[in-house]
Amino acid sequence: MPEIGTMINVRGLKRSFKTPKGVIEAVKNISFEVKRREIVGFLGPNGAGKSTVLKMLCTLLRPSDGEASIAGFDLLRDAKQVRRHIGYVSQSGSTSPEARAGDEIVWHAQLYGIDRNEAKERGKHLFDVLDLEGQWEQKCGSLSGGQRRRLDIAMGLIHQPELIFLDEPSTGLDPQSRANLWDHIRKLREDFDTTIFLTTHYMDEADALCDRLLIIDHGEIVGRGEAKTLKSQVAGDNIKLTLRDNRDTQKAALCSESIAIAQPIISGNLVQIMVKDGAASLPKLAAALNEGGVEAIGIEVSQPTLNDVFLSLTGRSLRD
Amino acid sequence: MKQYFGDSYVVFLRSMTLSLQNPIWVLVSIMQPILYLALFGPLLVQVAGVPGFPVGDSWQVFVPGILVQLAMFGSLFVGFGIVAEWRSGVIDRMLVSPASKNALITGRVMRDVIMLIVQSIILIGVAFLFGLRIGPGAIFASLVLVGLLGAAFSYFSYAAGLWLKSEDVLAPMINSIALPLMLLSGILLPMSLAPRWLQIVSDFNPIKHVVQALRSVFRGEYLNFETILGLFLALSVLSVAAIVGNLAIKSQAR
Ligand SMILES: Nc1ncnc2c1ncn2[C@@H]1O[C@H](COP(=O)(O)OP(=O)(O)OP(=O)(O)O)[C@@H](O)[C@H]1O
Ligand SMILES: [Mg+2]
Repeated sequence: MPEIGTMINVRGLKRSFKTPKGVIEAVKNISFEVKRREIVGFLGPNGAGKSTVLKMLCTLLRPSDGEASIAGFDLLRDAKQVRRHIGYVSQSGSTSPEARAGDEIVWHAQLYGIDRNEAKERGKHLFDVLDLEGQWEQKCGSLSGGQRRRLDIAMGLIHQPELIFLDEPSTGLDPQSRANLWDHIRKLREDFDTTIFLTTHYMDEADALCDRLLIIDHGEIVGRGEAKTLKSQVAGDNIKLTLRDNRDTQKAALCSESIAIAQPIISGNLVQIMVKDGAASLPKLAAALNEGGVEAIGIEVSQPTLNDVFLSLTGRSLRD
Repeated sequence: MKQYFGDSYVVFLRSMTLSLQNPIWVLVSIMQPILYLALFGPLLVQVAGVPGFPVGDSWQVFVPGILVQLAMFGSLFVGFGIVAEWRSGVIDRMLVSPASKNALITGRVMRDVIMLIVQSIILIGVAFLFGLRIGPGAIFASLVLVGLLGAAFSYFSYAAGLWLKSEDVLAPMINSIALPLMLLSGILLPMSLAPRWLQIVSDFNPIKHVVQALRSVFRGEYLNFETILGLFLALSVLSVAAIVGNLAIKSQAR
C-alpha cells in the first residue's frame, strides 16, 4: 500500500515494441515514487524511454509488465479514474492548427463533463495565468511556439488535475520563452497545488525546475535524487582548456594526465580535465602545460553539472 | 450510454465547427454534387437508350448511382483528417480524457453523415432542375440509405487512418478498395449491361444492392425485395464498420 502522500507509485514497469528489425526494449524495469506537490523530472537523452514511460502512466500505452498507481488508482484496473485525475501535455502538442484556441479548450473541457460556461470561465482564467490574454480567438496554428506550448499546458489543466505530466515542456523554445515557461510551471504548484512530473533532455531545465530527478538511459533509471546531491556525488571539478589547434590539444591532454582523475576528453580545440579539487589543481596544471610547451588561450574551472553526473553514470555525454 | 451520446455530441460539434470555418471545404462540398451531375449526367442520358438499361427514367437510374458515389468518395477519405489530427496530438489528448473512446469516432462520423445528407439534398435538388421527378417519400428513403452507407464508409476510413497513420499508405489503399467496389456496383454503368460472370461477381458487392434499392425507391417502389435487401445490407455493413471503427480507436492504447 502506498502512503497517503504518494501521487505516483511505479513498480517494475516494462515496455517493449515489436518492430520489423526486432524487439526494442524501450523501458526495461522502472520503479519510482512521486509525492504529492513534488516536481519530479525524468532527465535523459533522446530515445531513453521518457515518453514511453509517460504514455504508459497516462493510459496511452499498455505496459508489457509491471504495475503503477496514479493518484491512488490502479493504472490497469481503474484507467478511467486515472484519466479523470491527471493532465497530460504530450511532446507533440494537443491542438488543431485550424481551431481557435478558446474553442479548443472549451471543447476539451466538455469531454471532462464540464459545462460550457464553466469551461469558458476556467479557460479564460488559465489564459490569464499563462499569459495568453488576447489569444482566445486566435487560431492555434497562428500562435508562436511559446504561446502554443502554454496553450497545451492550459488544455492539460482545464479539469484541475491533481497531477500533470509534461513531456518536454520547453523543447523548441528560445531561451527567454523557456525561462518564462519555467516560471509558469513553478507557479502551478503554488496556485493549484499541482504535482508535476516532467521529462526533459535539458540539464538546465532539470536544474531550474525539479525538486528531484530520475536520470534515465536506455530504458533504465541510472541515478536519482536532488540535483545538488547528484552533483556532489560526482568526484571532483572540471577544468576546461581552450587551445589553438589539434596538436596542442593532444599535448595538453598528455601534460594533464598526472593530475587528472579520469581520462581527459578532447572535443574540437577543447580539453576537459576532471580533477579532485579545481582550485588546488590549477597551479599544477599551469606548470605542467608550461613544461610541455603548450600555451592555453583559455582556462575555466567549473563545478560538476548534471551533464557530468550523466557522464559519470553512463560514460556518455547527455548531448550526444 | 448518456456519456457516450454527450461525448459524441461534443466531438461532433468540434469537427463540424472546424469544417464550417473552412470556406474552401464548404465550397468544395457544395460544388461536388453539382459537378458530378453536370459532368456525368449528359453522358448517361445518351447511354440510357441502350438495350439492357434498367427500367425507369434515365435520371431515376442515374441519380442513385451518383448519390452512392458521393457517399463513397465523400466518406472514404475522411481518414486523412484523422491522420492529421493524430499527428498534431489531438487524438492522444482526447484519449487521455475520460471521454468515451467510441464517441471520439462516432462524433466525427456524425459530422460526415450530416454533411453527406446536405450534399445529397443539393444533388437531388439540382437533379430536379435537370428533370428528375420523385416524391418526398423517395427522397426521405434515399437519404436514409445514403446516410447509412456514408456512415459505414466513414467508420472504415477512420479505422484505416488510425491503423496506418500515414497518408502515403492510406491513399493507395483507399483507391484500391474503392475502385473495384465502385465499378462492380453499377454506379456508372448498370450491371445489367455486364457479361454473366461479372454480374455474378457483382452480386457479392453489397454496394450494388444498395444502389438497386435506391433505384427501386426512386421508381416509387418502397417495399419490394430489392429495397429490403438493400436496407438490410446497408445496416449490416454499417454494423461491421462501427465495430471495426471502435476496435481501431480502442486499440490505440496498445
Ligand atoms: N511505437 C513505437 N514503436 C517502436 N519503437 C518505439 C515506439 N515508441 C518508441 N519507440 C522506441 O522506444 C525508445 C524510447 O522512445 P521514447 O520516445 O520513449 O524516448 P524519449 O526518451 O522520449 O526520447 P526523446 O527525447 O527523443 O523524446 C526509442 O528507441 C524509440 O525508437
Ligand atoms: Mg520523448
